[in-house]
Amino acid sequence: MTRIGKASELAAYRAELLKKRPADAKVVAVCCGTGCNAYGAQKVYAAFAAELAKQGVKDWALRSTGCHGFCERGTLVVMFPEGMLYQRVKPEDVAEIVEKTLKGGETLERFLYDDPVTGEKHRLEHEIPFYKHQERLILGQNGQLNPESIDDYIALGGYLGLAKALEHGADWTLEEVKKANVRGRGGGGFPAGKKWETCRNAKSDKHYVICNADEGDPGAFMDRSVLEGNPHSVIEGMIIGALAIGSDEGFIYVRHEYPLAVKRLEQALVEARGLGLLGEKILGSSLSFDIRINRGGGAFVCGESTALMASIEGRVGEPRAKHINTAIQGLYNKPSNLNNVETWANIPLVINRGAEWYTSIGTKGSTGTKIFSLVGKVNNTGLVEVPMGMTLRKIIFEIGGGIPAGRKFKAVQTGGPSGGCLPAEKLDLPVDFDTLWNEGSMMGSGGMIVMDDRTCMVDVAKYFLGFLKFESCGKCTTCREGIRRLHELVTAVTEGRATEETLQLIEDLSETVEAASLCALGTTATNPVRSTLKFFREEYLAHVKERRCPAAVCKTLIRYDINEKCTGCMVCAKRCPQKCISGERKKLHVIDQSKCIKCGICLDVCKFDAVEVK
Amino acid sequence: MELSRVDAIIERNGSRGASLLAILQDVQDEANYLPREALEHVSKRLELPLARVYAMATFFQAFHLEPRGKYVCTVCMGTACHVRGAARLVEQLERDLEVKSGGTTKDLQFTVEEVNCVGACALGPLVIINGEYHGTMTADRLTKTVEGLKKAEGGTR
Ligand SMILES: Cc1cc2nc3c(=O)[nH]c(=O)nc-3n(C[C@H](O)[C@H](O)[C@H](O)COP(=O)(O)O)c2cc1C
Ligand code: SF4
Ligand code: SF4
Repeated sequence: MTRIGKASELAAYRAELLKKRPADAKVVAVCCGTGCNAYGAQKVYAAFAAELAKQGVKDWALRSTGCHGFCERGTLVVMFPEGMLYQRVKPEDVAEIVEKTLKGGETLERFLYDDPVTGEKHRLEHEIPFYKHQERLILGQNGQLNPESIDDYIALGGYLGLAKALEHGADWTLEEVKKANVRGRGGGGFPAGKKWETCRNAKSDKHYVICNADEGDPGAFMDRSVLEGNPHSVIEGMIIGALAIGSDEGFIYVRHEYPLAVKRLEQALVEARGLGLLGEKILGSSLSFDIRINRGGGAFVCGESTALMASIEGRVGEPRAKHINTAIQGLYNKPSNLNNVETWANIPLVINRGAEWYTSIGTKGSTGTKIFSLVGKVNNTGLVEVPMGMTLRKIIFEIGGGIPAGRKFKAVQTGGPSGGCLPAEKLDLPVDFDTLWNEGSMMGSGGMIVMDDRTCMVDVAKYFLGFLKFESCGKCTTCREGIRRLHELVTAVTEGRATEETLQLIEDLSETVEAASLCALGTTATNPVRSTLKFFREEYLAHVKERRCPAAVCKTLIRYDINEKCTGCMVCAKRCPQKCISGERKKLHVIDQSKCIKCGICLDVCKFDAVEVK
Repeated sequence: MELSRVDAIIERNGSRGASLLAILQDVQDEANYLPREALEHVSKRLELPLARVYAMATFFQAFHLEPRGKYVCTVCMGTACHVRGAARLVEQLERDLEVKSGGTTKDLQFTVEEVNCVGACALGPLVIINGEYHGTMTADRLTKTVEGLKKAEGGTR
């Protein structure tokens, strides 16, 4: 690999690349993101490689890419330049696709996406409602590049932002980021430019630039997909940040649970160094900056800035009081600028296309796009990237395709363990940092978990409290003991052991935990329970007063029964671990309630909808 | 675990306090858990009190102080998996393998674990068995999968 010695030579390097790969080149892109991999994408990719060779196809190139977002329909295969999408492709389908579609130009209808709502078939990726309403500034690149190839990234315009920043200098770069009003995507929404400026102005011989890739939020995988699908976008963002801040050393703190992300990042760093985009005298300029990777140990609290820095220093991840901001005194007590993965990935776009363009997307207070992991009880689960300010309804119903199995929407949870649940009445709210905060929820890092009438909101509150009880670092009494106690109280509700007084106690204690805990884990810990109490009080009362779980989730309060739809197939009786289902072949079966442990297997295995839970 | 292996890991990561987390991660990757001798050796080599090494080893959920089974069954407990019934999968494994979550069967064949979220929410509920993802799992299919593994082991249990 040759080093690129000057910023201006990058364009020439790119021009060479583009000569070899014209824009109308024929490429089959196989999504090898985590979701598709679990469906067997690697085998699909291998099958394409084998078939292209076997059938002697020379005019199609093959590319393995990161996550395209539409995980629900994997394995996804996109054919460029046209952009035709085949979904749910299996290895055994590949020979036919190569022969009929790639060679014969024929469209194989059965692989096209058919809209479950309208029944319409769509050929092109961007026509599918899931994609049509998105604005995929960041995620869109995933489908177009091989994350293990820096040349792919550069061909798409990668590192041009860095070249431009170097050309215009640190001051201009900082101003541009400030003007663009990029707000932190890690949850807090703090303006990145302002943080950069604070860090840069802090007098010190050393400044650090850090990327928060801990993604501890359960139900969120945006950062994972960006790291795995387009690692260079994050690295380029960090180098630009280093220029503006005046830093020579950076860290990426990645979860140990994301081994592929670690591998891709390591490889990307090596390639970037090889081209002279990282290391000493970047692109021949006076900027020297390098990045190291730290693997986190899977503790949620390590996503908190001071805990994360403690962890990089080799100490346990306990937060400290932020009397002095980490931008002024952070890692090893030096000024340290921490931003989230997605925040960093936005920076090259801002520099490349300008603050003015960037602020034209989104809302006035929240510019640009946000990636959400749209999951739970929703038809099109996957990653979606939308301009800030889109309504929850549009995201969940138009992009997400609504609620599966004809059930009813009940709530949407955003902001993870620090966020809240919003009911149907709030569906028309625009999604931006400030609106969600004012409603007692939070944008958070981007988890968006959809819940239907089969989700019990008390159980959800219990779930998050259980999570936080476990994840509290234990430093503050209110957080350590308070969350534990709240978890006990909410558990009592789910087991029908509570009274209305319990609910009052939950509210009172929540106030204390919020007021007296040190870090945001503790101060926001009560958001899930409070927001559900506020919007779904009826459901709590049903548990308390009637000892009933309307969603049929809380084990103590439910029972399984077999209705007259039972055909007497005996499958449930055979699978029941308690052997407590009796009945003869072709006769109605009955559950012995005294022995039933409510495992739900009978419901899972019954093919006739005869098992019901109430 | 051979202490020379621990030495090699320390060399690779640097014999510094800041490398402690990475060293323990690599030790666990090799040994499947953190053996006491390894922790003591790390403490000596890095000149850190054993208490500090131990604090690190018990702070993070990813670390284990007991040997784990040949098959590690990890149930994802992320929110998306939770609303799709992940808790029932844990209970099912506990029943099938007669071991509490976090524990290992006596014959060291199976470990049942929970993880906060692995970021594969579209596949929920999800069980990972030795790194392989099994998506949209049901309690019944899980039982069958585990039975299949037991059989493959020649009915040692
Ligand atoms: C308990 C806790 C967990 C957090 N986890 C994460 C995380 O996983 N990823 C992240 O980017 N930020 C996380 N944050 C927010 C970070 O502390 C920090 O605000 C953020 O990384 C700053 O980057 P940004 O301004 O670009 O968002 C967490 C905060 C708290 C209090
Ligand atoms: S609020 Fe909780 S997590 Fe944060 S420092 Fe206090 S005890 Fe630790
Ligand atoms: S819920 Fe479980 S224990 Fe109860 S009847 Fe059904 S299969 Fe048997």
